[in-house]
Amino acid sequence: MQENNKVPEFNSETLDLIAQLIKRYPEGRQKSALLPVLHIAQAENQGWLSPGMMDYVALLLHIEPIEVYEVASFYSMYNLKPVGNCVIEVCQTGPCWLKGAENIVAHFESRLGIKSGETTADGKFTLKTVECLAACGTAPVIQVGTEYHENLTPEKIDQLLDQWNAENKISHTNPYL
Amino acid sequence: MATQILLKNIDVPGLTDIHVYKGLGGYSALEKALKNFTPDQVTEEVKKSGLRGRGGAGFPTGMKWGFIDKQSEKPRYLVCNYDESEPGTFKDRYIGELNPHQLIEGMIIGSYALGAKSAYIYIRGELFYVIKIIEKAIQEAYKNGLLGNNILGSDYSLDLYCHPGAGAYICGEETALLESLEGKRGNPRIKPPFPAIVGLYDCPTVVNNVETIAALPWIITNGSAAYSAIGIGNSKGTKLISACGHINKPGIYEIELGLPVEEFIYSDEYCGGIINGNKLKAVVAGGSSVPILPAELILKTAAGEPRLMSYESLAEGGFKTGTMMGSGGFIVMDHTTCIVKNLLTFARFYRHESCGQCSPCREGTSWMEKILMRIEGGQGTMKDIDLLVNIAKHVEGNTICPLGDAAAWPVASAILHFREEFEEHVKLQKCPF
Repeated sequence: MQENNKVPEFNSETLDLIAQLIKRYPEGRQKSALLPVLHIAQAENQGWLSPGMMDYVALLLHIEPIEVYEVASFYSMYNLKPVGNCVIEVCQTGPCWLKGAENIVAHFESRLGIKSGETTADGKFTLKTVECLAACGTAPVIQVGTEYHENLTPEKIDQLLDQWNAENKISHTNPYL
Repeated sequence: MATQILLKNIDVPGLTDIHVYKGLGGYSALEKALKNFTPDQVTEEVKKSGLRGRGGAGFPTGMKWGFIDKQSEKPRYLVCNYDESEPGTFKDRYIGELNPHQLIEGMIIGSYALGAKSAYIYIRGELFYVIKIIEKAIQEAYKNGLLGNNILGSDYSLDLYCHPGAGAYICGEETALLESLEGKRGNPRIKPPFPAIVGLYDCPTVVNNVETIAALPWIITNGSAAYSAIGIGNSKGTKLISACGHINKPGIYEIELGLPVEEFIYSDEYCGGIINGNKLKAVVAGGSSVPILPAELILKTAAGEPRLMSYESLAEGGFKTGTMMGSGGFIVMDHTTCIVKNLLTFARFYRHESCGQCSPCREGTSWMEKILMRIEGGQGTMKDIDLLVNIAKHVEGNTICPLGDAAAWPVASAILHFREEFEEHVKLQKCPF
């Protein structure tokens, strides 16, 4: 796809992890490891799946690049465009809406100075709305990387944003490590 | 206090540690199954218990196991459906997070009954922190001789793995889940053949929900008769209800099937009533897919009988005046709720989650969302309301998997029971809330 994409390469620790994951499936069924490997690949690539990264994953799993593209474009957790260091995903489905999810989105938008779907100019934050995160009893809820933050209020959001700003929060860490 | 099968020890500190779990009698059901029962006897126990699939469909679990093709020489698989994504449903999340060994013990017992040598727990990717907890518990189980070769000295061997999804509600449909587990897009398969004959890697496979699997150790320990003694009619045992929305005590509750809905909503043991002393307006009783009911029909059936939390009672009256047990995702709305706006969030959800394979669902979900945006935004017409009903009717039953039905029912039922509210939006040319 992209000609100018540098061929990525994982370090031996990541390659070992992937080899372990492939062993979970029967011989010849290594394609089954595609979803977990894409999670790792995205974490290793600043939180998104570039065409070069997807081609590399195809190589690692001995499948055609198209088999990776069609999967990467199907599942909502894979980002096919660059994202900020910290991706904030706000649940907006019914139960969270009942408990004020729209105010949560609005508060993030005003604090970050961006609209949902955008990334701050300094590249620190991306704001997204997502569908049900299965945490309806503690709504409203957001996800940041593998963390859930629940029973949110504007005050809690202010605290979290201050903390993430101070520590330069990165949400795309390898979920297996 | 209702019998606690799934949540009994959930508050015990350190329960995720195998020693704590074993100290409470954990893994003794597995030992009993391996020593005292043949695989077919385990299946028979589950059949007799009356346990039904807790993911939403409510299909009898033992019967589902009975369909597995044991003549085939191919390997057999048990797959746990941990793709909990139905809006309003958040029960399975806590089982893996707080009591992973109960799920693992259930997986080993179920796999033994089915003759599976490998089993997978397919868990939604958003719950990676739960995957880590379960994977640590799986490692402990291996170290303690409960997984791997010759489990507890028997001739039964099993490998168990977690597999993450990556954000797709449709993968909760069992054939889409199997596609996803094979590393593909989550497009549901045309059935038949059913997974019991042609499932994972074209091999005989059973897919069961987390809550279903987690009930197995108790059934083996206490016997099928003890399990079927709980509940009412064909609704045996206990069920986890995840309650959310405008109630004082949102959370998960384990109820004995047959509990009156009114008691569940208003008792301090459960939801604790409506927030701020508000009036109950409507309930979606089994996850976003099931028909919404107004207060009077969720508390009492059309015949005036108290409505019970059971498969039969919730369905009493069909889609005219009843609903469904579904996944047990219990969404409560008070009188301040705009039914149209709530429905719009559901319609957006289904449009987002449609896999796009079948035209009625792919086009219909998007169309319904657009019309609802129009009505909610004050630009709707009276004709739009009938158009919604018409589209819902043409989506329902015309798709490969039940996502089309799941998208159509909330629309049809909201208009059936709250038509005047849709009309008010049109007349006022704005949302009255």
